[in-house]
Amino acid sequence: MARSEAGRRGKEIRSDCWIALEEKASGGSTVAVKSKVASMYGASLEDLIKKGLKVFGIDNAQVEIEDAGALPFTVMARLETAVRRMRPDEKREFLPDVAPATLYGTHRDRLRRSRLYLPGNEAKFMINAGLHKPDGVILDLEDSVHPSEKDSARVHVRNALRQIDFMGCERMVRINQGNLGLLDLDFVVAHNVHVVLIPKCESPDEVKKVDARIAEAKKRHKAEHDVYLMPIIESALGAIRAYEIATASPNIVALTIGLEDYTADIGTRRTNEGRESFWAREQVVNAARAASVQPIDTVFSDVADMEGLRQSVLEAKSLGFEGKGCIHPRQIEVINDAFAPTEDEIKRAKAIMLAYEAAQAKGLGVVSLGSKMIDPPVVKRALRTIDLAVASGKLAENWREIQ
Amino acid sequence: MKQQLVKNAVGRMVPTAVNGKEQVAYMGVGKYKPTGRKAAPPIASTGDYPCDGNKVVKDLRTALEKVGLRSGMTVSTHHHFRNGDLVSNTIFDAAAEMGLKDLVWFPSASFPCNAPLTKYIDNGLIHHIEGSMNGPLGEYTSRGKMPRGLGVLRSHGGRYQAVQDGEVHIDVAVIAAPTADPFGNCNGVTGPSACGSLFFSLADSQYADKVIVVTDNLVPFPCVPWQIQGNYVDCVVVVDKIGDPAKIVSGTTEITKSPDRLLIAEMTARFVREAGILKEGFSFQAGAGGTSLAFAIFLKDMMKEAGIKARFIRGGSNKYLVEMLEEGLTDYILDGQTFDLIGVRSMRDNPRHVATSPFTSYNYHGKGNFGTMVDCVVLGATEVDVNFNANVVTHSDGLLLHGIGGWQNCLFSGCTILPIPSFRDRIPVLLDEVTTLCGPGELIDVIVTERGIAINPLRKDLLDRVKGSDLPIRPIEEIKAEVEGICGGKPARAKFKDNVVAVVKWVDGTLIDSVRQVAD
Repeated sequence: MARSEAGRRGKEIRSDCWIALEEKASGGSTVAVKSKVASMYGASLEDLIKKGLKVFGIDNAQVEIEDAGALPFTVMARLETAVRRMRPDEKREFLPDVAPATLYGTHRDRLRRSRLYLPGNEAKFMINAGLHKPDGVILDLEDSVHPSEKDSARVHVRNALRQIDFMGCERMVRINQGNLGLLDLDFVVAHNVHVVLIPKCESPDEVKKVDARIAEAKKRHKAEHDVYLMPIIESALGAIRAYEIATASPNIVALTIGLEDYTADIGTRRTNEGRESFWAREQVVNAARAASVQPIDTVFSDVADMEGLRQSVLEAKSLGFEGKGCIHPRQIEVINDAFAPTEDEIKRAKAIMLAYEAAQAKGLGVVSLGSKMIDPPVVKRALRTIDLAVASGKLAENWREIQ
Repeated sequence: MKQQLVKNAVGRMVPTAVNGKEQVAYMGVGKYKPTGRKAAPPIASTGDYPCDGNKVVKDLRTALEKVGLRSGMTVSTHHHFRNGDLVSNTIFDAAAEMGLKDLVWFPSASFPCNAPLTKYIDNGLIHHIEGSMNGPLGEYTSRGKMPRGLGVLRSHGGRYQAVQDGEVHIDVAVIAAPTADPFGNCNGVTGPSACGSLFFSLADSQYADKVIVVTDNLVPFPCVPWQIQGNYVDCVVVVDKIGDPAKIVSGTTEITKSPDRLLIAEMTARFVREAGILKEGFSFQAGAGGTSLAFAIFLKDMMKEAGIKARFIRGGSNKYLVEMLEEGLTDYILDGQTFDLIGVRSMRDNPRHVATSPFTSYNYHGKGNFGTMVDCVVLGATEVDVNFNANVVTHSDGLLLHGIGGWQNCLFSGCTILPIPSFRDRIPVLLDEVTTLCGPGELIDVIVTERGIAINPLRKDLLDRVKGSDLPIRPIEEIKAEVEGICGGKPARAKFKDNVVAVVKWVDGTLIDSVRQVAD
């Protein structure tokens, strides 16, 4: 009879489990549990596995589980993956309940200063990610997942989306390129994904395909929430077409750049000074601004160099970027702080906002500060500065009353 | 023989007698008042010792024979060499050659390197072990493999108290010393196996009937400083090597890299600041774990920023505390043990880095101790319950895996903080009831988890002081409920057999809890 395996085991594995599933002709189902938490959750692990077998209509099977403290959503994902590997046409899902804490939305213009990449097949980094307060978390199905585990990761990410409280962070998923990515969408779209990142994007067509697949999946699952898009420019061709890409769908909220792949594509290497990528980065900033979406910078990859990170954020900010990728939680605070407006910027923004509100109250069409006229884009920018200052803890939310 | 058990003041069932001695059940903090006089060793006479002060004998067996080691006696050792101890096991090898049996080993702590001694329990040479058990020996005990006696877990202060009060009579103390003279004066700060202090064997030297010093670095009289005084010593033995220096300083000296633990450490430091504990002339103690180290580093930055200097920092010391001393951020380090070679060097060379003993720091049956004078301590725990009771000796699967160390003694500080993750993998750390109660909740003030800070409701003053700060202060029940949600429900409790295999002593020698044999 058929046999399959999923998950991981071994000394270095934490918060994960390995499951072997063997279907039998008769005799009912047995579950052999070997677990680090056997004394606490051994019985509930066995119950969970048996419940899962029922979901898939498996009446006779021998299941072995080797568990290193996997949370239930991970155990469920591993079992489902084992079943899918045995039965490639399986359509049923073993879904964990939707935790109420996951049911929050996002909006188009929210702050996206810091977004934390989390390997999609690795529970241990996800569970507490929200505690570190990034603006967004990215459950990654692409580069951080081994090609042989793509099937496993998308089930795991789906379950994570239903279970993990990311504490108000924007919930993003980076899908794979091409058809693999479209398949990823079928698994994750219905589960309150806020933003889909499209890697190595080189044409408006790719965006449109993703958009269409999301629309189909939403319809199929009767999901109504907006799913926004963030294409990642990672090649010379993508950089050349940045504006077309940024305007390919009304669902795009941000455009970002990945420099590791980009620099390889143009035949050079990434340096700290970044002269080789200056054009592409400014191209992304200008394309994003022209399309009225947020320009977001690449990651800073030396997790030990906090001062280098701070400098790189200040540089990104000066180039016009509004956000930066993180690959380690300790980078988040540095990034958020460095994007925070300076005292002078805050002071000026406050003055503009007060002048604008005063003009509104008087019904004046023209806003002036001192002898200067203030244009609408300047007001908009001041509002953004105020938001950033509040989010960065540099300005009280009720600053008008304190004034 | 059926064990008689009684319920103590925290509702735990404890034996009425342990290893043939009657016991007092825990009565509450500060409730038990002992009477009588301290123990004392026999009177010795200088006339029985050589005038030239040379007490060197040719080997350990000769020394053991000379001091009259017999079957049934109690032999003590210290754990300053931690997992690099090369002496303790050889005492029992020699005793085996001598054909002895039924010895009691009374170490100040045991480490994985002592695991080979289980063979001597199996064959009857060792009757039982009384001492904090780390790792393999703890597990061995938990599985009921030491059936003839109970393990007795004591704090560092509790061990001094037990010897001083005569609860434990040491027949022969063996003190491994990195430097000694032929008279028996010795210290831990010099020599190739330098470990810092030797004061975990202070009580042993003062109260044992016989004392043997074992060294791999014999110097001519006088050995200065003499942390242990040769006037207590019967014989000196010279061996090739008493410890493995790489493992002697085997405490955790790496700052945690875990972002969650760093978050906990940072929140702990912020709590100390917001609660007003961080002020000129304050004092603190942080344990040896990676989170505690990170706490000290966050605190150091805050001290620098605010221009604050501590009066003293309590060790276990390491290079980070030494840096604070050398940068003038504290007047003194008062140090029970050193966790790295920089700590050893500083203790040797810097008069402001002072070696302290379990007597000065921790002994509850003294006229006070330093432990109560520290403004705040930061300690670990394996479990904490909703009444703030904490466990440090067993894991949630019921296995005995850690000693108490100075943990219980430190609970008497002005503010006791336990920075701990609310769950480890899928193991909840916040529970309805701890598996083993080692510290009563009334002495545990603050639990800092990655999901919020719980303040003991008894500490209204602390609650008031952090009101209005942006620290995530939450009821402990609320954090516990959140963790149970994540872990998939309340954990089942570990299953035990009826028989008690070890007891946990409180700092005053009363029994605060029992450890039972784990079910198969």
